[in-house]
Amino acid sequence: MSTPIDLTGVDRETALRLYRQVVRLRRFEDKVYQLFLKGELPGTVHQYQGQEAVAVGVCDALGDDDWITSTHRPHGHAIAKGVSMRAAMAELYGKATGCCGGKGGSMHLGDPDVGMVPAIAIVAGGVSVVSGMGLAFKLQKSGQVAACFFGEGATNEGAFHEGLNFSAVQRLPIVYVCENNLYGASTAYHLTTLIPEVTERVKAYGIPAVSVDGMDVVAVRTAMQEAREHAASGQGPMLIEAKTYRFAGHSRGDARKYRGRDEEDIWKELDPITRMRAAILARDPADEAAIAQIDAEIETELDDAVEFARQSPLPDAALAFTDVYADPFPIPSVVGERS
Amino acid sequence: MTTDTTERRLSVGEAIREAIAEEMERDERVFLIGEDIGIPGGFGGAFGVYLGLPEKFGHDRIIDTPISEKAIAGAAVGAAMMGMRPIPDLQYSDFIFECMDEIVNQAAKMRYMSGGKLKVPLVLRLPVGASNRGAQHGQSPESYFIHVPGLKVVCPSDAYHAKGIMKTAIRDDDPVLVFEHKLLYGSKGRESAGGMDLTAHVPTEEYLVPIGKAVVKRSGTDVTVVATHLTLYRCLAAAEILAEEGIECEVIDPLSLLPFDVETVYTSLDKTGRLVIAHEDTFTGGWGAELAARVAGERFESLRAPIRRIAGHDVPLPVSPVLEDAIVPDVQRITNQIRSLVTGRGGNGGA
Repeated sequence: MSTPIDLTGVDRETALRLYRQVVRLRRFEDKVYQLFLKGELPGTVHQYQGQEAVAVGVCDALGDDDWITSTHRPHGHAIAKGVSMRAAMAELYGKATGCCGGKGGSMHLGDPDVGMVPAIAIVAGGVSVVSGMGLAFKLQKSGQVAACFFGEGATNEGAFHEGLNFSAVQRLPIVYVCENNLYGASTAYHLTTLIPEVTERVKAYGIPAVSVDGMDVVAVRTAMQEAREHAASGQGPMLIEAKTYRFAGHSRGDARKYRGRDEEDIWKELDPITRMRAAILARDPADEAAIAQIDAEIETELDDAVEFARQSPLPDAALAFTDVYADPFPIPSVVGERS
Repeated sequence: MTTDTTERRLSVGEAIREAIAEEMERDERVFLIGEDIGIPGGFGGAFGVYLGLPEKFGHDRIIDTPISEKAIAGAAVGAAMMGMRPIPDLQYSDFIFECMDEIVNQAAKMRYMSGGKLKVPLVLRLPVGASNRGAQHGQSPESYFIHVPGLKVVCPSDAYHAKGIMKTAIRDDDPVLVFEHKLLYGSKGRESAGGMDLTAHVPTEEYLVPIGKAVVKRSGTDVTVVATHLTLYRCLAAAEILAEEGIECEVIDPLSLLPFDVETVYTSLDKTGRLVIAHEDTFTGGWGAELAARVAGERFESLRAPIRRIAGHDVPLPVSPVLEDAIVPDVQRITNQIRSLVTGRGGNGGA
């Protein structure tokens, strides 16, 4: 019943790269889930299983100098943009070797060194900030583009409407990527929004928008290539609405009682990984070996990342007081306790 | 005060304009973004501070926006992270509550969340002060922001320090909120504000005023008075009156609330043994409460009288002048409070 992924115009190397990426994101999240249940990771996690095609398709179409903003569900975005599994896993462990030195954790995963702002865990927070990133690129005439990931729930935040209107009127080089996974935490989008097509809503801001199968990494990548070109050309921002589904709950501890298992089964038929694997094998069954090799390499990479994170040192507690200001000044409570 | 021919007296508004122009000249990453700031035939910002700048720097660097505080502040945060040095403008400081997320959750925390890999150098100008505009255009909300690690909060009150600290703020690598009192922009205060001369000598040569260093505006031996903005001038006027009665006030302009230069206050307190803190912002949880707590905790032995706070009373601001005057500390109230503290007669331990 699901439409096969169309690999027309996608060379073998690209197809296998996209496959490798979606599997990396999936396996990373599966491993994180196990580690979290074992009690090895502090805090909470919001997982990305099911939505991998969006992060991978978008980031594959971006240049190394392009930037992304992310959300409270950022693991997939981070790995797709180039954060190593080691640095991401160590950050989730709260280790000194993490991509934010243990200060960001799951909900602020990211790394400016690969063009990712630490994930912004306030819904639509990234929509506010990305305007300025696009504005800087425009003023600097740098040719860079910023992609802003957010969920459909963000479209009912004030920041969304202020940010889109502003970036449209300024013709900023931004691609908005709405990952419409149908639920804001437990609340279905149609219960909160009379016009549930995000592409319809943003017409009001003069922003061109396309809807894409968010479970098809090739379709997302193609849409993003076109959107990036549009944004970089000076014509202003574009929006992609990727229809997708999170297989996991909203966060750890969500038993998903607000949606039916039959609904979940329908979406699992569209699993972006099995579809991509099927498309590659349909084109050339001999790629079975290449796929098996990729799968094995990812397991090795993942085991290495977990081992790296486990073995890494915890941050020195004194580092809790650094990175507040460029030129730090005495912190009153610290001074008070010493005196 | 010198009166020689080289003296060049500017208003606070002129001094801030000059600081911004100099820094825009010096650093092409600096730009202005906000509502009604560069429209030809417009206002030059809500208080005219930007007049003349669009002609000099063009509309690529003076960017007029929709009435969208979240978009303005968010754009400033994002541009700052990407290497620019924005000066966003929201008109009245009361409107900052529209973009608390961008200031408190994004600007203040990005350096920290990124493990020091990102910086957010922006300067947000915020006009404060009761001026018969009522509850939503007259607040002094600076104290909310001293509660936010990652921000710097400054409150210049005269042209010399306003120019110098504005230039420092623009060069600072962290977000700086500059709270300015709207009755202090001009060259002459309103009659209701005492009609005092608000200009100050501003040298033509370049200078910077550090963030985090208080200024002693008047020396005295009997009581230390710490105050900001218009209330600072009212305290200086009260000090004149009290001097005739033999009470010598040492008046300190903290200039910066975060970081706060407690050492200058402590040095003064070691001499006077009495502390009055005065601000227009409301009493409960105002920056005066924080300073009082620090002094009580760290310099209890220097105190020979209870700390006295004088502040706006804890009600929304009314419009009618007689009602507003009942809320905002005036010279008479300040004078009475200081006198009662020093003489030990009258007063209520907090006003």
